[in-house]
Amino acid sequence: MTDKKKTTIVLFSGDYDKAMAAYIIANGAAAYDHEVTIFHTFWGLNALRKDENIPVEKGFMEKMFAKMMPRGADKMGLSNMNFAGFGPKMIKDVMKKHNAIPLPQLIEMAQEQDVKLVACTMTMDLLGLKQEELIDNIEYAGVAAYLADAEDGNVNLFI
Amino acid sequence: MNITKVLDAKGLACPMPIVKTKKAINEIESGQILEIHATDKGAKNDLTAWANSGGHELIKHEEENDVFKFWIKKG
Repeated sequence: MTDKKKTTIVLFSGDYDKAMAAYIIANGAAAYDHEVTIFHTFWGLNALRKDENIPVEKGFMEKMFAKMMPRGADKMGLSNMNFAGFGPKMIKDVMKKHNAIPLPQLIEMAQEQDVKLVACTMTMDLLGLKQEELIDNIEYAGVAAYLADAEDGNVNLFI
Repeated sequence: MNITKVLDAKGLACPMPIVKTKKAINEIESGQILEIHATDKGAKNDLTAWANSGGHELIKHEEENDVFKFWIKKG
């Protein structure tokens, strides 16, 4: 065991802005020398989706889910002022102007900083997401693994 | 003051100044000094809190033409 402090974040939301907040906190916590875990569940799993179509075997419902959910972090909508997809374009423009880092790069940076990205396997099954469809170098786990990190966490967030 | 490394974080938005500062401080030895330039308005509070928490010493900071400058001694 190390004496490092721990930050754990549950990313439940599949909204671009909320995921951005989660990843900014995660990167900040990593810079604070914390051991950081982001546990992705439900719609938050979409942040880990690859942006290309991966041919995997799916049932009817799973195919429907796959079609309707954003394929990857860059395709996610906003929690507010989404305006049927126009909102994200506006915010990405403003972000560029202010030098804010887009979500896909925030995720990359988190991986470079050894933030542990975890995908919840139970909700992956519900949404029909397969491991091949998610980005590389992530872990697969359930509630117990999350709690093991969270119970000695100094910062625990649900976003 | 003997400055070992200068970090230019001008124009970068949260959380980049702190992420870059952390990387830069990893590259110097304990007791050495890192100079940081930033334009993010939150940088003063951010770097002060970060230095305290990490056991580093914020020796000095100043503002010049909207650029914040910080000198942090690695703990």
